[in-house]
Amino acid sequence: MVKRWQHVWRLLALTIVTALTLTGCGDPTLSALIPSGPVAEEQLTLIKLSLFIMVGVIAVVMFIFAYVIIRYRQKPGQTGIPEQVEGNTKLEIIWTVIPIILLFILAVPTVMTTFTLAKDYSEEEGAVNVKVTAHQFWWEFEYPDLGVATAQDLYIPTGKKIMFQLTSKDVVHSFWVPSLGGKTDTVPGLVNKMWLQADKEGVYQGKCAELCGASHALMDFRVVAVSPEEFDSWVEKMKAGPAEPTTATAQEGQQLFQQNCLSCHAVGGQGGKLGPNLTAFGDRQKLAGILENNPEVLKQWIANPAQFKEGNLMPSFEGTLSKEQIDALAEYLSGLKIR
Amino acid sequence: MSGQVTYAGRKGLWDWLTTVDHKKIGILYLIAGGIFFLLGGLEAILIRIQLMYPNYDFVGGSTFNELITMHGTTMIFLAAMPIIFALMNAVVPLQIGARDVAYPFINALGFWLFFFGGLLLNLSWFLGGAPDAGWTAYPPLSSGHDFSDQGVDFYVIGLQIAGIGTWIGGINFLATIVNMRAPGMTYMRMPLFTWATFVTSLLILFAFPAITVSLVLLMFDRLFGANFFDVNAGGNVIIWQHLFWVFGHPEVYILILPAFGIISEVVSTFAKKRLFGYSAMVFATVLIGFLGFMVWAHHMFTVGMGPIANALFGVATMLIAVPTGIKIFNWLFTMWGGQIRFTTANLFATGFIPTFVMGGTTGVMLSVPPADYQYHDSYFVVAHFHYVIVGGLVFGLFAGLYYWWPKMFGKKLNETLGKWNFWLFFIGFHLTFFPQHFLGLMGMPRRVYTYQADTGLDLGNFISTIGAFGMGLGTIVLLINIIVSIRKGEPAGADPWDGRTLEWAIPSPAPEYNFAQTPLVRGLDALWTEKMSGNGKMLPAEPLGEIHMPSPSVLPIIMSIGLFIAGFGFMYHNIPVIIGGMAITFICMIIRSLVDDHGYHVKPKELEDGEKGVKA
Amino acid sequence: MATHHAVNGTLPPEPEKATLEGRNKVLGFWLFLGGECVLFGSLFATFIALRDQVNGGPTASELFQMPVVALATFILLTSSLTSVLGILAMHRNKVGQMQAWFAITVLLGLAFLGLEIYEFVEYYHHGHMLTSSAFGSAFYTLVGFHGGHVLFGVLWIALLIAQSFKKGLTLVTAPKFYVASLYWHFVDLVWVFIFTVVYLMGMVE
Repeated sequence: MVKRWQHVWRLLALTIVTALTLTGCGDPTLSALIPSGPVAEEQLTLIKLSLFIMVGVIAVVMFIFAYVIIRYRQKPGQTGIPEQVEGNTKLEIIWTVIPIILLFILAVPTVMTTFTLAKDYSEEEGAVNVKVTAHQFWWEFEYPDLGVATAQDLYIPTGKKIMFQLTSKDVVHSFWVPSLGGKTDTVPGLVNKMWLQADKEGVYQGKCAELCGASHALMDFRVVAVSPEEFDSWVEKMKAGPAEPTTATAQEGQQLFQQNCLSCHAVGGQGGKLGPNLTAFGDRQKLAGILENNPEVLKQWIANPAQFKEGNLMPSFEGTLSKEQIDALAEYLSGLKIR
Repeated sequence: MSGQVTYAGRKGLWDWLTTVDHKKIGILYLIAGGIFFLLGGLEAILIRIQLMYPNYDFVGGSTFNELITMHGTTMIFLAAMPIIFALMNAVVPLQIGARDVAYPFINALGFWLFFFGGLLLNLSWFLGGAPDAGWTAYPPLSSGHDFSDQGVDFYVIGLQIAGIGTWIGGINFLATIVNMRAPGMTYMRMPLFTWATFVTSLLILFAFPAITVSLVLLMFDRLFGANFFDVNAGGNVIIWQHLFWVFGHPEVYILILPAFGIISEVVSTFAKKRLFGYSAMVFATVLIGFLGFMVWAHHMFTVGMGPIANALFGVATMLIAVPTGIKIFNWLFTMWGGQIRFTTANLFATGFIPTFVMGGTTGVMLSVPPADYQYHDSYFVVAHFHYVIVGGLVFGLFAGLYYWWPKMFGKKLNETLGKWNFWLFFIGFHLTFFPQHFLGLMGMPRRVYTYQADTGLDLGNFISTIGAFGMGLGTIVLLINIIVSIRKGEPAGADPWDGRTLEWAIPSPAPEYNFAQTPLVRGLDALWTEKMSGNGKMLPAEPLGEIHMPSPSVLPIIMSIGLFIAGFGFMYHNIPVIIGGMAITFICMIIRSLVDDHGYHVKPKELEDGEKGVKA
Repeated sequence: MATHHAVNGTLPPEPEKATLEGRNKVLGFWLFLGGECVLFGSLFATFIALRDQVNGGPTASELFQMPVVALATFILLTSSLTSVLGILAMHRNKVGQMQAWFAITVLLGLAFLGLEIYEFVEYYHHGHMLTSSAFGSAFYTLVGFHGGHVLFGVLWIALLIAQSFKKGLTLVTAPKFYVASLYWHFVDLVWVFIFTVVYLMGMVE
């Protein structure tokens, strides 16, 4: 009997630990267990519901299991043959019917939420439409109704539904902001839809969740949730573009940018779309999604991007530009701020 | 090739290369599958070392992608399936009282195709780099030359050759079980492992053609410039995902059903009780196999199929929990009231039960589409499928290996080392994969070669890596155990475990012809029935007489080498090599058609010797 | 165990199922065909998904010519009939008749292949290629896979006829003819689906 109680205690302790880890685990800007919007909350509710049902099932199985392997182990000197039981219809019906009931309890909210999360809010008043295009290994964001485009840092207003249209320029990626909600794949040739909403202001981490090449692990982005007023002013400033550079070095940097970078990168509505839009580059939370955004790192990046992100398309400028030129370019880019 | 060559007269390497004896083919599968298992395990350890610390610089992104691709592909196709085939070959004909399989030649061909397919795939490491698009090889990452190197060609050709081998192997077992059962061995008296083999073979039969087609499409895109997955020419990349998972989901059950079968045998033998609810177990096996074909799209909830498809596939997936639950409780109640002996085989079998329950329950959690939007392609999924494939299948295979090793080799594996093997592997396993559930929920995507510091992911990854070392140690102990057993293992005798099924009625290792006289089966657990009726051995269903055996043949290995050569021709666009390789294969087929195999007869004298226990 | 040779040249009424080896062969072949159904099913699904993706090239209704396809269909269906007559002759133990019917089957198969090659060459000149569009890829893969099956069947049956001259009709050779005719029926059946899904549905639009 003593041994059996030990098992029960162990099980109880395990459940408590599990519950504790579930309520406060991970980085609050990254963890699906710390939701910051209604989508992630609904999903966490379903995760918890299914988890609790399943922990119940595991507990029953473990209890019988522990009892059986302790009670019915062969004792020294034990002989004879145990009764050869064919089965037990009553028991077998019980463990067929109870799981069906449990699954039914799980299936009803599952189906309901599946449809809730698939709603299309693109025409709804107040919703913000965002077109997401994934590239190896960065994210392009366009606001088709607002006439603004950016990359890597996605600005959204809090409390509003953000309706995403997701696609990809090259391979399949998957757009995931765990603390705001689950992921949706970005598939070349298709446009998928999904909505998210942030209730609290803050910066949330986004990830690419589908293997997309050598730097799949580094394809991070940020979602910056700001108040609706701040968002509106951000949009206005984005439309106006960043202020012209004032220092001589930065002006030289601007010239160099126009000669060398504009075919791929856009600033303030001008330039190509092969690389990330750099309009508000100085405001970026991170450089290339993963690095600290300061001029020193930026210089190293420009000199040799591949050392940070293997397989990205940007060429190395080490041989093309002199050290002074790279310095100027970095100063210009770091000054591209609108906030 | 015909003649009166006797079993004992054939020895050495040539015998192994030309054998059509299912027991020897089983051993070949075990050796080849074992080597690939070690390779896949090594790749796993390297993966875990790279993830031990945040931003760790051990192998880098592109090598890491090669490692995960080869780890997954190797473990599924080249380790797990062959070791399953090893046990099926070694055991199923014995369990149904057959002298041989239905197609000994095809059986050998299946092995060699698998072997050369696997070899070709692994040669990629030395010929310009391994495939790096994941074992699922989603296009366009796998199809576009801008995105992937030649490695994926090896994946396509290697898996195609190995897949054909598996497919014909499945047909062989189906026909064997349908046509070759001993008198009295009705379907509802077949041991659960044989039932599992039957259903698994059906799944192989109907699932593998789907991956054959997917690989053909990918091959045509990569090698001949077709446009199946080229969006700019009207292609559609989702076709691959559907076809791959139409194969891929049944494949999961192809892997786990044999483990269910093994567990049923081991648990029942070592509890000294007949299997609780045998008919329900059979029904559940068949139902799981059937449902396995209905749920493939639950791997694609995030791909944009829409809420109707997601909800339907989600609920269908949940249903699988019901037959699986039936199995779990039937195992528990098989042990209830028994006299349980904890041999190593039974340790793995009992360890399987709670572990698999955890993997199964996370499976139900994954079937909830909105929740899956969070789990999908995160470490939660990695944890889930390792709980079912390692905690389920590999535990089952280890149980089966310790259980049937004496029947395959005539010697037992060491029990003390076996216990070390179990505990190291068991604890290592949970240490590796339990934290991964949380890592996934905490925002760690799958297949990332690194993660950033200060994102709450450090500790879980570190523990996981330590656990992987434990599993590695456990595997090394198994290797030592095998060497010790070969050197000075305890002779096993015909029936070391007080067995219940037919394979324990004949000497260990089984003679070439398995049964000197075809046995008469008089009940479920045929041998146990006779033990209970007092005579302790099987009644013969026929008089002692000459036994007809098929001749060995070198054609299977040559045919496989032909395809192997042609595979290289395809990859390097070398038409003479393609034609040469295919010609080798087709000429072998023509020879096989033209030259009748008359086989040979084992003489009654040899029979009598066999009965006295002289090793064949 | 069953013996391999016919005793005194008399064969049982269904020689293909008289031995365990024969029964295994027939059963295994049915299983093989079950798997082949999935194979062609997957190819059909792919074709249906991609058949409108012509990428600026000719569409199905612009390409396909009813007379050629109808003739090919007629030839292949007839060959199915001749293979049945071959098996009936085998069951009556008439080796010569059997060989003749199967020889006609092979010739009809060759005629079908000739038409198919002619057809592909025509399409090629219209710019419809494996590499021209997703439709082209799906078309040539599906129809080509079937053509490959026909070619294999022609060679296989020809080989069986050749060896039957030497070995005659025995308990070993009878199952071979039987499964070869099963194969041939299956290939015809697949063609009926190709005729419907690829050609008829293609010409309607």
